[in-house]
Amino acid sequence: MTKKIIKIDRDLCKGCGICIEYCPKDVLVGSDDLNRYDNHFPEVLCAQRCILCRRCELYCPDFAIEVEG
Amino acid sequence: MITAAEIKEKYVRNHPSPFCPGCGGGMVLNAMSRAVERSDVEKEDIVAVSGIGCAAWIPSPHWRVDTLHTTHGRAIPFASGVKIANRDLEVMVVSGDGDCAGIGGNHLLHGARNNIDLNVLMVNNGLYAMTGGQVAPTTEHGERTLTTPHGNPASSFEVAEVVKAAGASHVARWTTYHMKELIAEVEKAMETDGFSFIEIMTQCPTRKGKKQGMDGIDMLAWYKENTSKDKESDKMFVGTLCDVEKPELVGSIYRQIDELGGV
Amino acid sequence: MMDAGEYFLEGNIACAEAAMKAGCLFYAGYPITPASEVMNHLSKELPKVGGRFVQMEDEIASIASVIGSSWTGLKSMTATSGPGFSLMQENLGYAVMTETPCVVVNVQRAGPSTGQATKPGTGDVMQARFGSQGDYEIIALSPNSVQEMFDLTVRSFALSERYRVPVILLADAGVGHMRERVKIPEEVEIVDRKKPSSGEKEFFDTSEEDHVPPMPNFGEGHELLVTGSTHLGDGSRDTASFSAQDRLVRRLVAKIEDNKRDIEDWEERDADAELVVVSYGSMSRPARGAVKKAREKGHDVGFFRPKTMWPSPEERLKEIGEGSKVLLAELSLRGYRMEVERCVDDLYVYDRLNSLPTVDEVYEKILEVLR
Repeated sequence: MTKKIIKIDRDLCKGCGICIEYCPKDVLVGSDDLNRYDNHFPEVLCAQRCILCRRCELYCPDFAIEVEG
Repeated sequence: MITAAEIKEKYVRNHPSPFCPGCGGGMVLNAMSRAVERSDVEKEDIVAVSGIGCAAWIPSPHWRVDTLHTTHGRAIPFASGVKIANRDLEVMVVSGDGDCAGIGGNHLLHGARNNIDLNVLMVNNGLYAMTGGQVAPTTEHGERTLTTPHGNPASSFEVAEVVKAAGASHVARWTTYHMKELIAEVEKAMETDGFSFIEIMTQCPTRKGKKQGMDGIDMLAWYKENTSKDKESDKMFVGTLCDVEKPELVGSIYRQIDELGGV
Repeated sequence: MMDAGEYFLEGNIACAEAAMKAGCLFYAGYPITPASEVMNHLSKELPKVGGRFVQMEDEIASIASVIGSSWTGLKSMTATSGPGFSLMQENLGYAVMTETPCVVVNVQRAGPSTGQATKPGTGDVMQARFGSQGDYEIIALSPNSVQEMFDLTVRSFALSERYRVPVILLADAGVGHMRERVKIPEEVEIVDRKKPSSGEKEFFDTSEEDHVPPMPNFGEGHELLVTGSTHLGDGSRDTASFSAQDRLVRRLVAKIEDNKRDIEDWEERDADAELVVVSYGSMSRPARGAVKKAREKGHDVGFFRPKTMWPSPEERLKEIGEGSKVLLAELSLRGYRMEVERCVDDLYVYDRLNSLPTVDEVYEKILEVLR
């Protein structure tokens, strides 16, 4: 099974939550922590659930997510 | 296939952008970049022309191509000058609804009439966002905005239909919910030899969403629920409104130069 | 394009021919009296030399496309008259701010507003200087003959390319519609904008003495940032910092002010006389005739004619004003008057609207001032 890596640039994130909403497999959740702009950024709950649909990459308005795998 | 990291590296600069959380501006930037990557156009040949407003800031400075950030409403004539002067350049116009259809409405009509080979992306958020959320020509009748606190007494117009009637070769409408279709449509626009116009319904969570109790996610969901690819549906049509061959301005000008022996 | 030689031409045609001779390859315009002949002629002739001609939907679009074209590397021009010149003001400021070379011909007519479209006037002199918002300096040249419609059009292109500024050819219906002999030379002075050397990244700032940064073209891989917002040397927008606004706007002004000696030009004769007649444009023709007549009659009268209205030859005007009475003769009430007033103490005015006076009418005024 391919290793899936979901890279999140937390400081680019503005906390809109679109990536979390559009992930069909609930891979992402909102963080408890805040980034430098006081936004809750997404965190990876379970990378292996990812089906590499890359909707998060496509819908993130801030180029903050990259999926490798 | 190019990765998201490579798209960002190759096409995007000055991030994070100043756009609000959940704004569709960055999504349009992403779609444009991916369309160019899919096309056979070289990045160095692209000139992105914009006017004034949030949408004008999508390419300037965030798109890593030649950019011309101009005056309010005038992106299309500036872009026309670029294209007529050098037809080898691929000229993209990114303009908000107020910029494109309000103050720049006459230029839009004549760009379409001339069928000049430009790719115009009208980022339609339904109001003037940068200045605080005033009513625009695309705001629905009755809608409350900063300057229509009692409801919009005027009516909106269907910009894409107007552009089609004015003579553009290629007219389409999508929303930021339809990212994949949008990317394909921008690529198609670039291939079109003539005036290509894509209306992109784009969420403005700050100026519009807040008034309606919606955030970016809600607004994207609204686009999903209230649009249809079926022309017969009562919902807002998304898809290609027209795609026809017509005489194009720049090619016609260069043909005359050739015929007259100009060098 | 006409070969070198002597011709009998209308001023607007001489202007169009000069543009082609200067290397103009792009014209965009909108019809307006009394400037239309420039575009009528170029619509026919420009494509024959490989130039692009386009009639736009209005004057705003015309100057916009001229600026867009200039960024592809083409010498570009538009021509208009008062109402269209008013519409162009915002984008003229954009050309100043983005340091875009281009030539704007204003064949002035009698205003304000629609005024009298076929009648000459020079009421746009101050508008040419101050018409767009914010602080800036600009170059405006004033021809007074068909020959100068040719020569100063050529010079407009040279100055705009040298200093990366829009240059206004501030003609009037008198010289635009006048027909007289004009000599088209074999060669004219052609200046091309400074191009960047490889690796250069600053296209909107410079430490060079002339204050003029190099200008690349679109399509050369520079990932250019051209914006009318306040910007840094690399073109990136800076909408907030004091230093960016201060450095940029001071340089834009210095570009004209510090190069004034190279730009300014005038015609003068006996400018130390008891009375010096200051005039420009078509009005300077009868004014010069009246000065000649006065001298023939034994009066001590001189003549001064600015060819660069902006930057104004203010130092020379002040020198003249120190020793002489000055009579300003112009085809408007408020054209150049405030500029001359601030340089000259003992000022008399012969102002006139709608049509040129005869030599005798100006001569009578000279006698009146001398008495």
